[in-house]
Formats: sequence, structure tokens, C-alpha cells
Amino acid sequence: MQTSHDTGTIRLPIGSDTDLAWVRQQVRQAAAELGFGLVQQTKLVTAVSELARNTLIHGGGGQVEMTVLHQGPVLGLRLAFTDDGPGIRDIEQAMTDGYTTGSGLGMGLSGAKRLVQEFGIDSRPGGGTTITVAAWATGLPHPRAEDG
Amino acid sequence: MTGSRRAHPSRVPVLALGATLLITLQGELHDSMAEQLQEDLTHRIAHSPVTGVVIDISGVDIVDSFLGRVLAEIASHARLMAARTILAGMRPAVAITLVELGLTLPGLPTALDVERALAMFEHGPCPDPPHPRRANHADLP
Ligand SMILES: Nc1ncnc2c1ncn2[C@@H]1O[C@H](COP(=O)(O)OP(=O)(O)OP(=O)(O)O)[C@@H](O)[C@H]1O
Ligand SMILES: [Mg+2]
Repeated sequence: MQTSHDTGTIRLPIGSDTDLAWVRQQVRQAAAELGFGLVQQTKLVTAVSELARNTLIHGGGGQVEMTVLHQGPVLGLRLAFTDDGPGIRDIEQAMTDGYTTGSGLGMGLSGAKRLVQEFGIDSRPGGGTTITVAAWATGLPHPRAEDG
Repeated sequence: MTGSRRAHPSRVPVLALGATLLITLQGELHDSMAEQLQEDLTHRIAHSPVTGVVIDISGVDIVDSFLGRVLAEIASHARLMAARTILAGMRPAVAITLVELGLTLPGLPTALDVERALAMFEHGPCPDPPHPRRANHADLP
């Protein structure tokens, strides 16, 4: 049902905490240019910070691909975080508030999902992880069927 | 190709105002800087008669779970050394996002700005002395 189409994609590496800061800046700038409000920008950049850090820490580094979306007059951003790390064995468990295999708070994945409009995980043990999110610049009528 | 990126100081400055330490966080805070700050502060509090810590985050545009954890840990270390920590100047957009993210930052009182945070320290000792084990549930009414 996704009728949006792409207009250009940029790829940013995630290999250090300097890269995390750079990714946050790039996403913030893109979101501002697309007309995201301040709260929307803050939510998106916070989600991006969580996911990029997971790519770095749990996935051993990787990259993020940022794509501008158009859906009629509405603009959005899609971000796909990819790594070749160990993958996530139990996705449902990883998505639970407070679940962590490290020393974090376990709020990153579940919290990031609440901060964006679309969220998907593709991961299998030993096969790396891709987490894709999208957010829109205005109160887009959400696809009703989105669940989980 | 990192040369074009803005250079960052590697340390967050810590200012002493009497027995209070004032830390001003600004802009893009790298993870390593946040960790360094945590270490510096714990050292400062242990080696000088500090009773209060004010962390000014009015210049911070996001608080994620990493920074949230660092701030909470700073407050809990300070508390063990009998110093109180107040978070000052959180931007409304940051506060809204934190709630949605699910971070509650227990043990970290907030103030609208630094001035008000400092005033909170002047109004005498904490009326509700933190208990080492159960800081938040010691005396439920
Ligand atoms: N890219 C990834 N590769 C492998 N495992 C991951 C990845 N992202 C998340 N995980 C797993 O999911 C768990 C939950 O992630 P989440 O971000 O919620 O918490 P955390 O990173 O452990 O802590 P926090 O983000 O709160 O500091 C992680 O502990 C890790 O086991
Ligand atoms: Mg995380």
C-alpha cells in the first residue's frame, strides 16, 4: 500500500561515536529542510541516535541509508540501519522495554519505535540486522493497518 | 575525510560556585565526552566539599538513553557522596521526547533554568534525605 517514491539516497557510515554525532546532525538538517517541526525533529533524531548506537555497539558498526520520501504533498524520511553483526535472536524480546543483553537501559529499540511512524526489523542470528524507520513531516493520516 | 567536520573539545568544563558545581552541556555531545564528564565529576565531588551539582542542558537538543543513563549515574554517584544533582533547562521538545522514549530519570529533579536550580540549593538542605537503598520509596505517605 506504500505509494511513496524515492528521490535520492545518501549513505553514512556508523563506525565510531564521531559518526553517531555526524549521523544525528545530517538527519536533523534533512528533517528541518523537509519541514519537520521542532518536536518531530527531536523525536526522529533521538530515535536515530538509539538505532545508530545499536548498529555501532551491538552490530559492530555498519551504515545508515537516508532516503527522502514523497507521498502526495507530504514529505518524509526513511532511514535504514544495517550491520553484519550477530543479529537478534528473539526480536520480540529485544523490543521489550527494559530488555538488554548489554549494560544499557534496554529502552533503545522499544523507545525508538514509539518515536517514529513506521518501524521494521529484519534480522536473524548470524545474519546481521537491518532496522528501517520512517517519519513524516506533518500529521500524515497513518496507515491504519500498522500494528505490533 | 573527517577534516571538514567541526572540531569538538574533548572535555566538558566544570565550574565551581562555592560548594556547587555547574556543568553546561552544549550541542553535540559525543559518547566519550559524556563518559569523561562522569569520571571528572565523580573525582571532583570526592575531592572537594561539594554539596550540589547543577547540569545545564538548555543547549542540548536531544537526550537519548545513553545520555539519560550518564546523567542518572552522575546523580546517583553524587548522592552517594552526599551531593544533590539538579537538571536545569531541559527544552520542551526534549522533555516530550523523553516521555515517549520511556525514560523517567528517577532521582534527577529538574528546574526551569540554572538560576532556579541554584535557588533550590539555597533553600536549605533537602527535606527528603535520600536513603542509600530506596531513594524513591523511603517514606511513602
Ligand atoms: N543491531 C543490533 N544487532 C544485534 N543485536 C541488537 C541490535 N540492536 C539491538 N540489539 C539487541 O536488542 C537489545 C535491546 O536493544 P535496546 O536498544 O532496546 O537496548 P540496549 O541497547 O541494550 O540499551 P539502551 O539502548 O537502552 O542503552 C540489545 O541489548 C541487543 O541484544
Ligand atoms: Mg540501544
